[in-house]
Amino acid sequence: MAIEKRDPVTGRVTTGHEWNGIEELETPIPRVVFFFLAVTTLFAVVYWVLMPAWPVGVTYTRGLLGIDQREVVMRQVEDAAVLRAAWTDRVGAAGFEEIMADATLMQHVRDTGRTLFIDNCAACHGTRGTGGPGFPNLAAGAWLWGGDPETLAETIRVGINSTSDETRVSQMLAFGRDGVLGREEVRSVAAYVRSLSDLPLGEADRGRIEAGKEIFAANCVACHGEDAKGSTDAGAPDLTDAAWIYGSDAQTVFTSIYSGRQGHMPHWEGRLSPVDIKLLALYVGTLGEDAR
Amino acid sequence: MKEFFHRRIERNAIGFVLAIVGVASIGGLVEIAPLFTIHETVEAAPDMRLYTPLELAGRNLYIREGCYACHSQMIRTLRDEVERYGPYSLAAESQYDHPMLWGSKRTGPDLARLGAKYSDAWHVAHLINPRDVVPESVMPRYGWLQRNPLRIDDLGEHLAAQRAVGVPYTDAMIENATADARGQANPEAAESSGVTERYGEATNVRVFDGNPSLVTEMDALVAYLQVLGQLTGAAHQETAGRQE
Repeated sequence: MAIEKRDPVTGRVTTGHEWNGIEELETPIPRVVFFFLAVTTLFAVVYWVLMPAWPVGVTYTRGLLGIDQREVVMRQVEDAAVLRAAWTDRVGAAGFEEIMADATLMQHVRDTGRTLFIDNCAACHGTRGTGGPGFPNLAAGAWLWGGDPETLAETIRVGINSTSDETRVSQMLAFGRDGVLGREEVRSVAAYVRSLSDLPLGEADRGRIEAGKEIFAANCVACHGEDAKGSTDAGAPDLTDAAWIYGSDAQTVFTSIYSGRQGHMPHWEGRLSPVDIKLLALYVGTLGEDAR
Repeated sequence: MKEFFHRRIERNAIGFVLAIVGVASIGGLVEIAPLFTIHETVEAAPDMRLYTPLELAGRNLYIREGCYACHSQMIRTLRDEVERYGPYSLAAESQYDHPMLWGSKRTGPDLARLGAKYSDAWHVAHLINPRDVVPESVMPRYGWLQRNPLRIDDLGEHLAAQRAVGVPYTDAMIENATADARGQANPEAAESSGVTERYGEATNVRVFDGNPSLVTEMDALVAYLQVLGQLTGAAHQETAGRQE
């Protein structure tokens, strides 16, 4: 036992050491610290007993409550699905016409469809479905493959130029780069195409329209049609309307014809359930309502 | 004054050192011991593919650019995450991740199941300027990825380093790493057939950045992002198994 020294000012015990005339009080750790240490230790022991805790070789102690977070989450997902089943079953079984005629179901489509759209589609098509350069506007009513809900659901399911075996396939050929048309010919057909939707043309472009019309008839009608209204069988856009995926300025239209285009929409089968795809097809159909 | 146990042990230098070693080793034991049986605790994923050299290079860029600071790659066992992102993450899915990139913070969304969700063109546009496609985004621009040529001459060494920590790359994979990176980013190249031969038919062989003549950092990063969650179907099988 060390010699007990007391600090003359406070009267409390010191550690007995002296550093350059300074002595240190020996203050005990407050009891409350020991109290909480004991409580937390007790909590830990109870937790070890009740919950999965200790690794034991290739397994682990499973705890008396038998809680498995993977089971818990799967049960929560199932419970939620059961709650929704009241109307998702009807969406799954009913035809599109029938659903669209049912105001209650359509309210569910709008609410749930919006969440699905934001989580999955909005990155490319925008939160309001208005798209952007290279990503189609879904609110414009200009559909490449058809805008009825059955077709939309099929497009969502298999995608366009996707990695699915059933994918829709479409390609705008690179007429200029692949040497089918010369630069001047591409300029002419671009001028003609832009004239179809009454876009303002420069003096030079106005002179090219006639030549462009002939080139169009020889090269483009197979997909875009003689009236240039496109084809939903080939996924070829209508060139007479005001909707442009890549842009309607002369340079962009030139690039589209010269270098070709091949958009890519991923397929959602496997990632989304059939009912989710149906909901999205119906929701996408409602996107244009505000605009129209 | 009472002689506390601690006071006694503090004054015995050797005893105190031994006590410290003893206590610290308990912590070490708890962390290290389970690793001895990790091969038996990680779920089986026989269909698991390896990162190709290009994807591995993209992974290195993901680390270099600090993507993990804002994006996690770990879908937790919570209902909202499972409903939004897909099946919860399994240990097997990151068994070839050295280091793992689970992350601990989400300023942006989780990326564990990002692969094949969006088009390459979207990824390129988004990385050059996120605001072009997602107006409300706060993500920085990464435009230089499109301009920087990817360094591919040393990819074999990267593969060898991964093999040293347990990723089963073969000698042929290490030998052809540079050619495979070129081949994966250009399906027209003669080197592209070797990629699917070595890494599986499901491997994405595409011009990721839209420029077939040059392998850029954009090619690598997009190739990596497009394979996230696509290396094995184990998570989908596990979820389907539990639903039955």
